Amino acid sequence: MIPGPEYLDQARQLQALSFTVHIPLVCFGIAFPAMVLWAEWRYLRTGDAVCRVLARRWTKVMVALFAAGVVTGTVLSFEMGLLWPSFTATFGSVFGLAFAIEGFSFFVEAIFLGIYAYGWDRLSPRLHFASGIPVVISGLTGSFMVIAVNGWMNHPQGFRIENGRVVDVQPLTALFGNSYFWHEFVHMYLAGYLVAGFAVAAPYAFARLRGRWDRYHRTAFAIPFTAAAVTAPLQVLVGDWVARDVAVQQPVKLAAIEGLGTTTAGAPEHLLGYYTDGHVIWGIEIPRLLSLLAFHDPGATVTGLDSVPLSDQPPVNVVRYAFQTMVGGGTLLALLGVVFLVLVRRSRRLPETRWFYRAAVVSAPVAYVALIAGWVTTEVGRQPWVVYGVMRTEDAVTGATTVPFGYGALAAVYALLIAGLIWVLRVLARAPLPALSIPDAPSVRQPGGA
Amino acid sequence: MAVLPLLFALIGLVLYTVLGGADFGAGLWQLLAGRGPAADRIREHAHQANAPVWEANHVWLIFVVTVLWTAYPTVIGSVSATLSVPLGLAALGIVLRGLTYAMQTAIGRPVPLVENAFALACLVSPFMLGAVIGALASGRVPVGTSGGDLVGSWVNPTSVLAGGLAVLTSAFLGAVYLAADARRLRAAELERAFRLRALISGALCGAVAIGGLVVVDHDAHRIFLGLVTGWGVVAVVVSGAAGVVSLALVARRSFGVARLAAATAVAALVAGWAVAQRPFLLPGLTLRMAAADTRTLVCLVVATVAGALIVLPALGYLFRLSLSGRFDPGRAPGAAVAPAPVSRSRRLPAAPVAAACLVAGFVLLTIADAPAAHAAGVLLLSGAAIAGFTAVDPAGLAGRGDAVNESDD
Ligand code: HDD
Ligand code: HEM
Ligand code: HEM
Repeated sequence: MIPGPEYLDQARQLQALSFTVHIPLVCFGIAFPAMVLWAEWRYLRTGDAVCRVLARRWTKVMVALFAAGVVTGTVLSFEMGLLWPSFTATFGSVFGLAFAIEGFSFFVEAIFLGIYAYGWDRLSPRLHFASGIPVVISGLTGSFMVIAVNGWMNHPQGFRIENGRVVDVQPLTALFGNSYFWHEFVHMYLAGYLVAGFAVAAPYAFARLRGRWDRYHRTAFAIPFTAAAVTAPLQVLVGDWVARDVAVQQPVKLAAIEGLGTTTAGAPEHLLGYYTDGHVIWGIEIPRLLSLLAFHDPGATVTGLDSVPLSDQPPVNVVRYAFQTMVGGGTLLALLGVVFLVLVRRSRRLPETRWFYRAAVVSAPVAYVALIAGWVTTEVGRQPWVVYGVMRTEDAVTGATTVPFGYGALAAVYALLIAGLIWVLRVLARAPLPALSIPDAPSVRQPGGA
Repeated sequence: MAVLPLLFALIGLVLYTVLGGADFGAGLWQLLAGRGPAADRIREHAHQANAPVWEANHVWLIFVVTVLWTAYPTVIGSVSATLSVPLGLAALGIVLRGLTYAMQTAIGRPVPLVENAFALACLVSPFMLGAVIGALASGRVPVGTSGGDLVGSWVNPTSVLAGGLAVLTSAFLGAVYLAADARRLRAAELERAFRLRALISGALCGAVAIGGLVVVDHDAHRIFLGLVTGWGVVAVVVSGAAGVVSLALVARRSFGVARLAAATAVAALVAGWAVAQRPFLLPGLTLRMAAADTRTLVCLVVATVAGALIVLPALGYLFRLSLSGRFDPGRAPGAAVAPAPVSRSRRLPAAPVAAACLVAGFVLLTIADAPAAHAAGVLLLSGAAIAGFTAVDPAGLAGRGDAVNESDD
């Protein structure tokens, strides 16, 4: 790797550490409210008391995860300035607008989450349900805005540079008229459903392996797992679209993803292996597949890493392994999803083999790893640029000598955060289930309900 | 145009101080509660009162940061470079606070270690944020990202004064808020306890603010001059008067109005600082020089106004519910209304719809090449996901159980 300023590596790791904690929490912000709300809606329509208990208990989990998302996100917004002051100072006027709008969507999310969480039993059922809808929408707009910034960093536009100062800024074009943005957003949004869906379902699959499988557990498993199972195969299609967009707009990143040293017509695809000296060694080569996948033409010319000087190339093996991890994980998850859908379609019952539930338990970490691997692909594949082709990461990094201390402190606090969060979730999971025939459940008074 | 975003940021700062500050203050009172059953009740009360609102209150800080970095990017770059220590500590405090908060909520009863960590975070974060303001006010943040004095910039009389004031204001606002809450819950003992705390911390606040003028005179003379001339004087007088009024109101147990008066005092103080600092944001850097492109500013202002139109009514609704006691334990006006189960008659054949959407989406997203086709493809695939979910009917599926454990329903 290119030698950079003193603290570049630490700053990078600090940034990466903060993201690996924040982004999974974000996935819950994106997808969990929709699942909770679906359970509540089901209760309102059918009077199924199990769904109501489920929605109430999940609400508590959602609030705890949201709190963790809020504080880790705040750390990130401080880090933009603390770690990359030149980046913020130079380009804040271009991308900042998205974060300002995002701030409002956080407002909406926090406000209505407060109303929703504390309004159980205290607002009329309809009003209570309605108060959850803005939470779902703002989960969408919040990630929309952040991804707009990332899309812009990968494909900068909407400004000119004159004497080191950014002029002629067009923030709307830069952020929302950006051709790199849409695929990232769709892909991340689906990833949110995958990660949250599999992660919520996993503990119940584990309970099933331990022999706890009453209707409460079955429902709690079926809702998030179904959401993830229908999303997983779609993510493969979307991922393919993403890769085609990257091929056109960041050919060097694609070359790094594939370990393509030289520009080639009819380029082959390599699975596994190790990139060195412009080639992938020990890999499985499939002729012409890369050209076919990237440009829908087996003879198409694919740009190689040699199109830019070595100092402008990202660390190839990191990007390649991250990409293959994501695609491997994504394929397995898609397979699991399809198996589930086929089994359910056939028997109209939840699957019965223990293997299925073992796989369901494992799916949660796999989805998380695919998520982080995806971001490593995007972010490390963009190196050495922080704003692609405009500003190098080493020029953006802070010179502050406090970075190592910050690193140590943040790592310690995050370790604490994760331990604390796990502990909170266990406490919430162990709270005794209420008797399912709670007095206000309509199934008691209205026969034909549940 | 260049000044509007600053105005928004200052309003955000005042709201953060008043609302978020009160939340920090509640945490401080947990720390100072002492031991014994009465102290436990105080801690319990301090914890419950801000539960539904703290996350919303916290967003004001994010709002301020994002507005500043969009409208005056150089300022945020310079501030972050020089003040990395207090900003970092504030951020760590915020993480700790969120974590311990979630833990307290989950346990539902006080655990000393968690509480002390929570309270410590509530002390560190406002102090550090105040110290940052002190550094700005005393002109210790040079322009540029190479950074100024890493220690002296925030360990200095003005910063310590501002940090201390931030902590005391938080304590005062927290106590007023909690007293009002206790009154609504008809908890006379708690009300007395927090009224006393409010009076003490409020008086301290006033004393430090007045004494602080001497510190500012020595350490940040430019600001001092600004505060004793022109509009600065007006701001100082208004702030002092509002402070006295709010103390008097607390003494008379009109906590609701007292909070407004306290907010006025804080707002006037911030306004006084802004007036005194004018026209410089950082030494040698005027507002106009720091401001981003006009187009960015226009977009930002429009976005802020539009956002405010959505957020403020929602925020008002949240506070109305919270302050009117709708969230208090034991109040359950809505629970009795049971929903009418709707018969599920009309149903689309979800599975074929899902399959059709999937095939069409695949063709448009994967095989076709035009952006419009891709957009339609994504929409169709979303439709496939929703229809697929409906076709699986997870709740119905769970209702049927599986052959292995049929009986344990
Ligand atoms: C559960 C998560 C998950 C799964 C199963 C997949 N991805 Fe992914 N991928 C992401 C989660 C993700 C992500 C974390 O959300 C990224 C990072 C940036 C982004 O927009 O999405 C990403 C980025 C990303 C990129 C880089 C985009 C860029 O640089 O802008 C490519 C080329 C792919 N993905 C392709 C795929 C393919 C072909 C998959 C097929 C199996 C796949 N992904 C599955
Ligand atoms: C993958 C990228 C990211 C996505 C999709 C994302 C999206 C979100 C979402 C949906 C939330 C709501 C909180 C929740 O539901 O848990 C959130 C919280 C937050 N994010 Fe991120 N974010 C990302 C990265 C970032 C970055 C880079 C920053 C800052 C520079 C940031 C700053 C914040 C802040 C400040 C919050 C807390 C706001 C609040 O709810 O009070 N995020 N993020
Ligand atoms: C919306 C904004 C952003 C998103 C969603 C985002 C996402 C991510 C993610 C998920 C990672 C983790 C990769 C890993 O685990 O190694 C990462 C790493 C990184 N990000 Fe970003 N990022 C954003 C903004 C930024 C900014 C503003 C900077 C710097 C100015 C930046 C620079 C980096 C760097 C240097 C790394 C580490 C790369 C490495 O390890 O070599 N990113 N980013």
